[in-house]
Amino acid sequence: MSNDHPLGQTPSQTVGPFFAYGLTPEQYGYNWPSIAGPEMADEATAGERIIFEGCVFDGAGQPVTDALIEIWQADGAGTYATAQGRNTGFTGFGRAGTGVAGDGVFRFATIKPGAPSATEAPHINIILTMRGLLMHTFTRAYFDGEARNARDPVLAQVPADRRSTLLARQSAPGVWRFDIHMQGESETVFFDL
Amino acid sequence: MVKVLTPRDFGSHPAYIDKNYRSTALRGPTRPLIPIRGISLAAPVYGHDRVSAGDADLTANGRKDGDPQGERIIVTGRVLDDAGRPLANTLVEIWQANAAGRYIHVVDQHPAPIDPNFFGGGRCLTDDQGRYRFVTIKPGAYPWGNHANAWRPNHIHFSVFGHQFGQRLVTQMYFPGDPLLALDPIYLGVPAKSRERMVAQFSIDATKENYALGYVFDIVLRGESATPWENHA
Repeated sequence: MSNDHPLGQTPSQTVGPFFAYGLTPEQYGYNWPSIAGPEMADEATAGERIIFEGCVFDGAGQPVTDALIEIWQADGAGTYATAQGRNTGFTGFGRAGTGVAGDGVFRFATIKPGAPSATEAPHINIILTMRGLLMHTFTRAYFDGEARNARDPVLAQVPADRRSTLLARQSAPGVWRFDIHMQGESETVFFDL
Repeated sequence: MVKVLTPRDFGSHPAYIDKNYRSTALRGPTRPLIPIRGISLAAPVYGHDRVSAGDADLTANGRKDGDPQGERIIVTGRVLDDAGRPLANTLVEIWQANAAGRYIHVVDQHPAPIDPNFFGGGRCLTDDQGRYRFVTIKPGAYPWGNHANAWRPNHIHFSVFGHQFGQRLVTQMYFPGDPLLALDPIYLGVPAKSRERMVAQFSIDATKENYALGYVFDIVLRGESATPWENHA
């Protein structure tokens, strides 16, 4: 580290298999309030309601049933919540484990984010961690068919042949599917940001 | 204006694939991370209002009809950035096994007793000096299936957000002098130069007389560089 950053960063470790009662207690049926969960929007939230769902696949193509997904997104107007102000009932932050549905699926009830700025495409920021992952990964989900994707400055930094790994696709009306592949031919793009 | 973070110091972090930690083989990404520069996002608003004062005392927040079993300890420290600046009002979450080495998680099948008076989850917000403080029970070691006769050292899981999205950290705190550290692939997956940053220090100053031993564990996140960036639009 440089002279003005003298302290060494604390190393990352795996979240392990037993995070659920600490980080996602309500979703897993433990008697402790969660700070955030998969239900992100309520009746007062403005915007287009969507289900954002998917599966995390390991290198053998098997669904991972002990992953933790955190998502962070702008509201329907493209504004990120701040501690000072936010849309009624919408923080833009959601958390879900993949161990409840039985099939390894994560499923957020949220709203479709707006574009955060004139140059960016609407997207959902994702933090992924799990047993066997020694450091969390960052990725993003963009929305298939969105015209702004062509000009988005982050997508532009991704090799063209891998951009499709960052696209959520509509699997039913109002349902956007985003699968994450840790390895293999369609390995999802993960960012160093 | 939002400031850009100092880079993640990959020389201090474990590699994604580690042959001694079996589960990484199919779960760690194999392609290089794609660097994204110039992106700056505040940390998520995660609902500070859901954190209550009692959440930081794990000897009380799972109590049903008595005190939890085991050695009561105090775990405290500061959340700092790599320039040494404290990060105030940031969320610190912990979870851990009980004194017998058993998690309350339904998936944990280790045949050690559940403690009916111990839950094992805690959280708090740092104060204006970046300090956090938990009262808990020293977690026990427990076996796992990574290799023959594999045991995890005593540890407490930590989750920290910081003030920017890119500061996110999930880690584990270990105890000084634990003989299992030299045998643990998860601990040893971190480069030698930075491993000891995950080991708490015993502190007589943090120790409360006639009550509990104190351990200090400071957490250092990426810092904000002096170079400002224009935020989105």
